[in-house]
Amino acid sequence: MPELSYREAVRDALSQAMRKDDTVFIVGEDIAEMGGSMGVTAGMLDEFGADRVRNAPISEMAIVGAGVGAAMQGMRPVIEIMYEDFLTLGMEQLVNQAAKHRSMSGGQLKVPLTVRTQGGAGWSPGAQHAQQVEAWFVHVPGLKVVFASTPADVRGLLWSAIYDDNPVVFFEHRTLYGIKEEVPDELEPIALGKARVHREGSDVTVVATGRLVHESLKAAEEAESDGISVEVVDPRTLLPLDEETIVASVRKTTRCVVAHEAVARMGFGTEVAWVVQHGAFDYLDAPIERVGAKFAPIPFAPVMENYVVPHAADVLDAVRRTVARDG
Amino acid sequence: MAKVEQRDALSSEILRDFYREMLLIRRFEEKVEELFRAGDLPGFLHVAIGQEAVAVGVCRALEETDVIASTHRAHGHTLAKGTPPEAIMAELYGKKEGCSHGFGGSMHLYDVARGNLGANAVVGGGIPAIVGAALAFKMRGEPRVAVAFFGDGATNIGTFHEALNLAQLWKVPALFVCENNRWAESTPASQQLAIEDLTKRAEAYGMESVRLYGQDVEDVYREAVHAVERVREGSPLFFLCDTYRLHGHYIGDPQVYRSKEEIEDARDNHDPLELTRPQLELSEEELEALEAEVAEVVEQAVEFAKNGTDPDPGDALENVYA
Repeated sequence: MPELSYREAVRDALSQAMRKDDTVFIVGEDIAEMGGSMGVTAGMLDEFGADRVRNAPISEMAIVGAGVGAAMQGMRPVIEIMYEDFLTLGMEQLVNQAAKHRSMSGGQLKVPLTVRTQGGAGWSPGAQHAQQVEAWFVHVPGLKVVFASTPADVRGLLWSAIYDDNPVVFFEHRTLYGIKEEVPDELEPIALGKARVHREGSDVTVVATGRLVHESLKAAEEAESDGISVEVVDPRTLLPLDEETIVASVRKTTRCVVAHEAVARMGFGTEVAWVVQHGAFDYLDAPIERVGAKFAPIPFAPVMENYVVPHAADVLDAVRRTVARDG
Repeated sequence: MAKVEQRDALSSEILRDFYREMLLIRRFEEKVEELFRAGDLPGFLHVAIGQEAVAVGVCRALEETDVIASTHRAHGHTLAKGTPPEAIMAELYGKKEGCSHGFGGSMHLYDVARGNLGANAVVGGGIPAIVGAALAFKMRGEPRVAVAFFGDGATNIGTFHEALNLAQLWKVPALFVCENNRWAESTPASQQLAIEDLTKRAEAYGMESVRLYGQDVEDVYREAVHAVERVREGSPLFFLCDTYRLHGHYIGDPQVYRSKEEIEDARDNHDPLELTRPQLELSEEELEALEAEVAEVVEQAVEFAKNGTDPDPGDALENVYA
């Protein structure tokens, strides 16, 4: 089994799709000669040419919208938005157009568009390059939202996102690009809407996304030595959400922590918490705990950034709070 | 869709066909106003009265496989692109037989089989997708054209600027048709456009442009044929039509912001029907027969719509995902 980094896994899914299928093409700022600001598309211009690997001007509305239009004509464009903070600039085309054409037309159109993006704090980029904004998109009927946290997952899910006939917002995470993992020889598509249990446990379920999956696994190791058995579940697809797996896990463990790097208030974890309290109310032995960024724009100075953004220690604290409570 | 082979005057047959289509749009819109005021139609509506020549002149220059995207003021474009009046009327009544099956209404009329990618309630919202459609045609080597309709107001919004730059950069077969009626809802050109000659906005992006008086359907058609030919060869083009909105922004708009003189001048001197009618060489009887025929079509459309099927409430959850 080959070892691929998360970055290589994304590139592999894109490349395999483009080799197989002329309808797939990619557009983004600096994705051609430079290979993308995160190096994801390195080498792809050479392999596929400038017609299918297009550098875009700084025009998020137009490039997302062009993606919408090409998708409506039967192409499968993959648009890269350099930083997820910049999704704001393309929101209108994503939310009012891509997400709604199928419904508004009474089913005449489909928009098989994929918008890939990345973000993540921890390198002092300041507030406008550090956000995690997936929650905004989970709130939009007509969109699908994916956030993979491992190389095998990101490869299999990107493939499925490209071949999904709906607009998918596909989140990658900056700090994960370098992580390596053994992946199957053949690309194995992973269906959207299926969670993954990374680690089994019996005392508390941590539902985590993105970087916080790995932070939660670290927290789980430490908790183990305290005699707390932690189950870590990664939804992988945020919309549609695998409620069944999550609820089943909490019915088993009776405690739940939701963890993401995004701001805690009104974050994706809040939706998960609703699902859990509704599906496992009689099983819960403690209130659901929530781990997320503190409610402030992410400051530049490393000490402040570090304070705002959540880490393994925050997950561990949350885990301890759930078990400290008398059932 | 008939196309003219020579560059002379249109045959009277073709001109009459154009006039009939404009008349249909006019009477359809008048009926829609009447029905709305009677409380029959939900939502809110924007009629294309005064702008019929642009819709007909441009759409008649297109092939069936060319695509259009329209604005909130879409009924004229939708009729001109070939959607049957009863399908539009049924949509305005929210019926399943409507062209968007009741999901869209006046501002979201779609007829994909006829190349209509949708009206759009967001000003400028449909323009980038036209660039994308044109890109798809180019990538696949298809000799098709994608047309965006929008108003002068839309030339101020970001999507317009980004889309024109991108279309020119990528050299895609996109035609940008601006219906310059010099009003953005209640805001006159003087309060919203920093320049008068909007072709300069295309020039700013290196794009070729054409500017014409948009009330003479023959002129519009002839210029549109040339423009579409150029676009089909692979260059985008900005097609600026000076037109007139003879009624308010929406049905019921009292137009308190517009001078009576201006409204009267538009109605007296710039009505596309009035301008074309004398050129038709039709007798009074023939004109009356045409009016009666069109009135019948509109009546039938209303009957069809009124007898249509209401969606089940739960149908609301259909079509969210493919």
